[in-house]
Amino acid sequence: MSRVLVGVKRVIDYAVKIRVKPDKTGVITDGIKHSMNPFDEIAVEEAIRMKEKKLAQEVIAVTCGPSQAQDSLRTALAMGADRGIHVEISPTEYETLQPIHVSKILAKLAIDEKVDLIIVGKQAIDDDSNQTAQMIAGNLDWPSGTFCSKIEHGNGELTITREIDGGLEVLRLKTPAVLSADLRLNEPRYATLPNIMKAKKKPIKKISSKDLGIDTSARIEIISVEEPPVRQAGAIVPDVDTLIVKLKERGHL
Amino acid sequence: MFAASFRFLLNARRVNTQIRLKSTLVIAEHNNEVLSPITCNVLSAAKQIGGDITVLVAGTNCDAVAKAASNANGINKVLLANSEAFKGFTSESLTPLILAMHNQNKYTHILAGASAFGKSLLPRIAAKLDVSPVSDIIGIKAPDTFVRTIYAGNAIQTIKVKDNVKVVSVRGTSFDALPLEGGNAACEPAPPGDYKTNLVEFIKQEISKSDRPELTSAKVVVSGGRGLKSGENFKLLYSLADKLNAAVGASRAAVDAGYVSNDLQVGQTGKIVAPDLYIAVGISGAIQHLAGMKDSKTIVAINKDPEAPIFQVADYGLVADLFKVVPILTEKLK
Repeated sequence: MSRVLVGVKRVIDYAVKIRVKPDKTGVITDGIKHSMNPFDEIAVEEAIRMKEKKLAQEVIAVTCGPSQAQDSLRTALAMGADRGIHVEISPTEYETLQPIHVSKILAKLAIDEKVDLIIVGKQAIDDDSNQTAQMIAGNLDWPSGTFCSKIEHGNGELTITREIDGGLEVLRLKTPAVLSADLRLNEPRYATLPNIMKAKKKPIKKISSKDLGIDTSARIEIISVEEPPVRQAGAIVPDVDTLIVKLKERGHL
Repeated sequence: MFAASFRFLLNARRVNTQIRLKSTLVIAEHNNEVLSPITCNVLSAAKQIGGDITVLVAGTNCDAVAKAASNANGINKVLLANSEAFKGFTSESLTPLILAMHNQNKYTHILAGASAFGKSLLPRIAAKLDVSPVSDIIGIKAPDTFVRTIYAGNAIQTIKVKDNVKVVSVRGTSFDALPLEGGNAACEPAPPGDYKTNLVEFIKQEISKSDRPELTSAKVVVSGGRGLKSGENFKLLYSLADKLNAAVGASRAAVDAGYVSNDLQVGQTGKIVAPDLYIAVGISGAIQHLAGMKDSKTIVAINKDPEAPIFQVADYGLVADLFKVVPILTEKLK
């Protein structure tokens, strides 16, 4: 039976229309609804299903971020993870914390906690990087199975179905391995109230990146964050004929 | 005397590394037969950075692809690596090859398209080089300064990369395709080595077959959403698409409902498209869908709900029942 590490990130809720700060340094996060990154919910769900099928003995949820990041850890625990690790990052450091840092932290934790499988979401919906799983695997020299829509467990191996550009691809990976979850991997469960209450008693270990010996100094400088260009307001056309005329005018037909 | 000249040499060397000429490695994407169109977009991003451009073509049997790539105007060299090790183009087999090349040539930039292939591969390379990669760039302001979108395309971030090697994936729709003509680059073998990995084994691919143009590079895209109500009803869109020589796309709702396969999904987590004409049929226009299509030149929305957010980005909106107007539109395009 394996031990599974799942990475979760607290992000602005997917349904929120974000606003850029007037000074162009980032987006407004204060007072904005946050939730667990949707892809990470899928990763947690998959890990918990492994436990329910007796394929995993323990599911450890980990997050890197300022104190509020614990919210997502509690959500993971309420969904069924056994314990949490909060790698605390100061708010200023967090601004330039990137997948390179997170992947080093998770790789170190994977060794310390002797895990056999790491599952993370394929991308965070805030920075849209899509890098962490691949980089953890690179750090550990483990195989990576990105964009998984199906995971089948064998003896010392995993058969995964990946979502690729033209369709699907099947790979067989040796464990230990790192996987990233695509949307279609599963349907995450809702945490019930009793489970949310129980989650409050589950342990969360708090450590810093320095405890782990990971340097989180900035590898990038954010020059600016701006609003995207606004599209010119369009027109409602009354019927198909007018639409065709308009498209011809623009040279599309 | 000796010490002084030695110091001079050291200084000269330091200056030399600082003004080191830019040299870019572009990792070609292909299927052993043809070069993927996105590679041509990446080549023009590489030209924008400036300096020498080397293209790596690695696969099991890809001489023809290397030949095609060597015709691209303005590239200096094509390195060809044919080996069974690269079956399935796994990151685990390609990464050591690319690291070996980098050790020899010390590239300043390593680029690939921001496709499923590039997204899987580049961060692994970056991790091995201990540099922070940059995903899905839409612009290049300087060789170390890139523009990319965050928050599903709702903000545009300009970042300066401090690492000495820039590992960058390029959004295909943001750069013109470099034509594969007018060039005559030398084609050489890539550094030999045993790149076979036992970490991963490629089993198979199931590629959806279609006669229509490929979604990310099509000039016209017709997309359907939940409003189509069934997979059967997507035939309405296929007929319309055939008239327009268009690719067919879909919203996440249509994919989740099982109307079409997920490789047709347009949006933050699916394909990013920027065709000349995008026709959204029965799509409400959630933030995540808009992320994948709002850079289209002209957007047409057909939806019976006048409040649907898609109308806020559409150049032309038709508030109508798609089941009535799509057949009429198809008919009138004859």
